Amino acid sequence: MQDTVARAVEAVLRENRGRLLAALIARFRDFQLAEDALQEAAASALVHWGRAGLPQSPQGWLLKVAGTKAIDRLRRARREGDKAAAAALLSGDEAEEDPEMIPDHRLRLIFTCCHPALDQKSRVALTLRTLGGLTTSEIARAFLDAEPTMGQRLSRAKARIAAAGIPFKVPEPEDWAERLNSVLTVIYLIFNAGYTVGPVAGRDLCDEAIFLARLLNELHQGDPEAEGCLALLLLTHARRRARIGADGVTVALADQDRSLWERTMLDAGLALLDTAMARGSPGPFQIKAAIAACQSQSPPDWRQIAALYAGLYRHEPTPIVRLNQAVAEAEAGQLSSALAALQVLAEPLADYQPYHAAAAEYLARAGQTGTALAAYARAIALAASPGDAAFLVRRRDRLRS
Amino acid sequence: MQYLALLYTDPALEPAYGTPEFEKLMQGYFGFTAFLKEKGAFLGGDGLQPVETATSLRLRGGKVETMDGPFAETKEYLGGYYLMEVPDLDTALKYAAMIPTAEYGTVELRPVMVF
Repeated sequence: MQDTVARAVEAVLRENRGRLLAALIARFRDFQLAEDALQEAAASALVHWGRAGLPQSPQGWLLKVAGTKAIDRLRRARREGDKAAAAALLSGDEAEEDPEMIPDHRLRLIFTCCHPALDQKSRVALTLRTLGGLTTSEIARAFLDAEPTMGQRLSRAKARIAAAGIPFKVPEPEDWAERLNSVLTVIYLIFNAGYTVGPVAGRDLCDEAIFLARLLNELHQGDPEAEGCLALLLLTHARRRARIGADGVTVALADQDRSLWERTMLDAGLALLDTAMARGSPGPFQIKAAIAACQSQSPPDWRQIAALYAGLYRHEPTPIVRLNQAVAEAEAGQLSSALAALQVLAEPLADYQPYHAAAAEYLARAGQTGTALAAYARAIALAASPGDAAFLVRRRDRLRS
Repeated sequence: MQYLALLYTDPALEPAYGTPEFEKLMQGYFGFTAFLKEKGAFLGGDGLQPVETATSLRLRGGKVETMDGPFAETKEYLGGYYLMEVPDLDTALKYAAMIPTAEYGTVELRPVMVF
């Protein structure tokens, strides 16, 4: 019985944690208080639901009890002379809401967690903790951090939101594009972390990122960049089973078994990209999704991909975008201009593994075997995953023989 | 909330007194002050005399040590401040971006502690 109740509480929390936290933060304007109160409410649920059975609206029950727990905590703090608690108590009492109708404040929560006044790693961690519902230890493992370090990072971020006066609100229209880009970048970073590391202890950060991108599109419909971001994630994720061979080695796009691609997800991504582009307001995420769409064609139109990277460079003038453009040019048959572009990038991308992998590949194609082998050695030393390293070792050995 | 906007600039990059550029810069500050007042957000604000005029002091072992110069030798110095009353950091950031210093120096926003 107790097991069933524990599972029920866990299920309700997994499904509703973001929404419950957002409602509590909207009312009390305090991340830590909201989290502590919800945890206390969950502990009460274990006792009460075991005795009286599941309430009619479990999430409504949790919100009501968490609200009471938060007020208890604030009263205690007020008695100890905390003026901020007294003020919060006043506004918290005013905002008593019908617990059966949980208002959805998650859009505000997303923008607050991804506020540019927080450093990027904290934005990622806080978004995963509050909206994705990952535990601190799961986030720590995904980002190869020690759990206490990640715990401190999260507490500091929550304290900073309160102390620096970061508001709990959706940005003004004139700030929308820039702030949305900050949110989408966080979602993309989460996806990339999952892409590099793979599922950790049953948690796949790629799935979390797709969940967040879907949520954002539900909460604010019709934004082409938010649609472009979700399309990009779907188009990339659809290829995940073909990306790594049975032997655990990364498979290059051209060599992937296309029957392993998830057609439904791919089609959903393509349709969403069409919807976004039809709105006539291009942006970096739509361009990246268009590139992923081109890459899923057989054979890919590399000239078109090179042109898209040139367009992306106008939004994101980084050496990495230039590198990708050079790769597309090389694949389109413009090997000498690609090698010239790579030469310019040698210094800014000296520690970037994909740079050395690309240089190795195209130097080998140009017949410069010695330089290519040196580039492979550097790329292998910098590889982020064993699968990538094995892929590079295989290419290098082929060149040697 | 109250925010103190600290205006840091490299004096070498500032236009010289008496030039049209200097005049334009000053108009920028006057305009911003008028804007803050109109919004009811102005609590205070001043420019400071050049860093050469700074005197620093500390008490060590009950003895006053005075130093000729600023607290720290850096490239950018505190050149002025605004004290604003605004609802949140987003508003403070929006206003701070309108201060001429933001274009050639750095504006640091610090929430004022409330006791």
